[in-house]
Amino acid sequence: MTLFLQQLMNGIGNGVIYASVALALVLIYRTTGVLNFAQGEMALFSTYITWKLTDWGVGIVAAIFISMLIAFAMGALVELVLIRPVEKKPPFVVLIVTIGMFLALNSITQLVFGTDEKQLPSAFGDHSWSVGDVRITGEFVGLICVLALTCTLLWILLQKTKLGLGLRAVASNPESARLVGISSGTMLMIGWAISASLGALGGAMYVPTTPALTAGSLQAVLVYAFAAAALGGFDSPVGAVVGGLIVGVAEALAIEYIEPLHDITLLVPFLLIGVVLLYRPTGLFGRNIVERV
Amino acid sequence: MSLLSVSDLRGGYGPVRVLHGLGFEVNAGEIVVILGANGSGKTSTIRAISGMLQATGSVRLHDEEILGKNPEAIARRRVAHVPQGRGTFPELTVEENLRVGAFSRKDSAVDEDIDRWLTTFPRLRERRTQLAGSMSGGEQQMLAISRALMMNPVLLLLDEPSLGLAPLVTQELFQKLAQLNRETYIAMLIVEQNANLALKTATRGYVLEAGEIVATGTSEELASNDEVRKAYLGMA
Amino acid sequence: MRRVIRIVASLVVVALLLLIPQVVGESINALWAQAVYIAVAAMGLNILTGYNGQISIGHGAFYGIGAYTSAILMENSGWQFLPTIPVVVGVALVAGAAFGFPALRLKGLYLALITLGLAAVFPDLINRFASKYGTGGTSLIQPPRVLAPGWADSFADFDDQYRYYMALTIAIVMAVLAANLVRGRYGRALVAVRDHESAASVLGINVARVKVSAFALSAAYAAVAGSLSVLIEGSANAGKIEVFQQSILFLVAVVIGGTATVAGPMVGAVIVVFVQDFAKDLIDDQPVLSPAIFGLVLIVMMYLLPDGLVGGARRLISRVLAKPEVGQPAIPDVSTH
Repeated sequence: MTLFLQQLMNGIGNGVIYASVALALVLIYRTTGVLNFAQGEMALFSTYITWKLTDWGVGIVAAIFISMLIAFAMGALVELVLIRPVEKKPPFVVLIVTIGMFLALNSITQLVFGTDEKQLPSAFGDHSWSVGDVRITGEFVGLICVLALTCTLLWILLQKTKLGLGLRAVASNPESARLVGISSGTMLMIGWAISASLGALGGAMYVPTTPALTAGSLQAVLVYAFAAAALGGFDSPVGAVVGGLIVGVAEALAIEYIEPLHDITLLVPFLLIGVVLLYRPTGLFGRNIVERV
Repeated sequence: MSLLSVSDLRGGYGPVRVLHGLGFEVNAGEIVVILGANGSGKTSTIRAISGMLQATGSVRLHDEEILGKNPEAIARRRVAHVPQGRGTFPELTVEENLRVGAFSRKDSAVDEDIDRWLTTFPRLRERRTQLAGSMSGGEQQMLAISRALMMNPVLLLLDEPSLGLAPLVTQELFQKLAQLNRETYIAMLIVEQNANLALKTATRGYVLEAGEIVATGTSEELASNDEVRKAYLGMA
Repeated sequence: MRRVIRIVASLVVVALLLLIPQVVGESINALWAQAVYIAVAAMGLNILTGYNGQISIGHGAFYGIGAYTSAILMENSGWQFLPTIPVVVGVALVAGAAFGFPALRLKGLYLALITLGLAAVFPDLINRFASKYGTGGTSLIQPPRVLAPGWADSFADFDDQYRYYMALTIAIVMAVLAANLVRGRYGRALVAVRDHESAASVLGINVARVKVSAFALSAAYAAVAGSLSVLIEGSANAGKIEVFQQSILFLVAVVIGGTATVAGPMVGAVIVVFVQDFAKDLIDDQPVLSPAIFGLVLIVMMYLLPDGLVGGARRLISRVLAKPEVGQPAIPDVSTH
């Protein structure tokens, strides 16, 4: 029983991270209509910046905040310079551009920061407590708090502010948005900027739970986050969070209890996506997309 | 004093030219209708005015040249364009749709206005928290118009408001438009195929054919014009 | 007239390709050999992505399936190379179809990410199942090399050259097959499904069959390419990085060369192989430069030449000759709305 609980906790811990990245994916999709292939690599770059700041002696929490600000600017710049010129072209073109960004960013990160392993400290220190026989780490609690806070702030932004209304309007009907005087370019930039910030946060949360920071650190997370987002329904933030937790828990339990899957853990999200999408193509919480002929 | 004055408007989509030098005006407080069959360039005309279509010529609003400005800038000058068929934000609620309409307004009467339009269109009040995309065509059209009215416009541009609506709904719609015009003096430019209702509601009209204005007059004049009757009113 | 030009141009290209081992040195020959099998994979991916609009960045997995099937048959069961090809094709067709069926539910961007998942999972699977065949318990398999037989002495002094010719022959067969497929009814069906699925089904096209077969065919091509890579390079290996990089390489080749053209993927393959080689040594110890270059090239191409080099050239020629364009529209519409 203890083992189960412990694995469950591990699963939730990981799930929280997947949920965060999934949230960023869903956010960018909801506000810009674009699935950003390079989300993970943008987050990677930001995470390296966070590392560099700590390397220069900046405290980890401050480093995270600074790097989130830098990511905000980066995201806006990417939209303005790389995405806007191809906005009106077919989605295939935009997808290829983001795949291009994915490749380029990964390489540039390695060129700029080097290929050796780095260590990123955790924002939550090393504390842990015991509840019965189960260990709860400070990290675990911290991650959940951060996710809850982020979700709340995002919800408030999107549903209760004028900016959020503008973002959702542009995503819903870009033409009509312009006709009421909303500058869709500005909204899109902000959508990308927020997403990039979320990615930076997610990276800084995730990497300390892995052995080291390397160029490949965030590639697996992208697949997991995608599984989470797909499971939840791509246009549902709630779905992203629920999906993330499901993927995290399923993975943790599968590793422990299903022997053959021991080193093919990546298969779990894969199968999950497959099964869910077979029966509910729009995910658990997604809305039905009616195709206009 | 003319509110909107258009002359020598030319434009199109890439190599396909649709507008061939048309001109017309709308005066303050008027309802003007532009009649035209499918493909005559009605939608393109409206889009050229609201900045969604690139065009040459002249479009003057209050004596300011607005041709060439982007749609956001024109919208901020309180020209409200209700597009054909898809003017709502489907993923937002009815109330949110209205609130979006007031996006570029700087005054504080937004909530009052939301209330006012929900009263004018009671069916919208019933569906206040419903997602716009789940409503019927007629309701969405009313919502789109209310959304435009939330902009506190001086000029309302309506692109085929009757399209896809049942006859009774269309009648109700045009009645409401006429009432609005009487009460608030908002000028309206309506492009329509449904000549009957349009001519009953408008004061003046133009006839558009293949990108050119071919006739003009008061609505009575147009309604009794033989050509117009044959082509648009279905009378021999 | 166009047909004549096409046939003549193809023959000229084939002739030039045949000459290569005779005039260039060993290392350049190796690059051309690599271009040959990458071209086969790219051709296949083009059927799926260019003509049928289903984006895949996971074809490195099918490539790996082909490579490992050939390698294991040769290493463990003592097969000759050529007989492994039909087996490879069979296995890949099944694998491709198996993937294509659930993929029916996904469109565009979502599909792309699932294929990414495929590329990510495959190395783990291979590790588990193939390591018992590999050298020293890893998944690296090095089957016996194909050697040039006596009668080849007249044109192939070295085994390398003989293998190049073997690969080239197989590639040409695959190319002719692909060209015939896409220029006929199947090709039109592919494009119809790509551009307007509902209209296509109303016209009587079995959309599911088209989409799944496109997956199966492209998988088969990728798998044959994998086998050819074992022929040329002498080993099969499927680390996470390799599988992923191959998948991207194929896509880049298709995009640079020109989606929905027959010659495009081949041109793209040549460019991709040579650029990769060139970039490898630009900065010491930094093999990472080529993905950066490809990434930037992809982005720039989308701004300047979205239909690739061949597509762009074709448009230019049409404009110069003022003739109406023939051929399929190049950019697939992968919107999910």
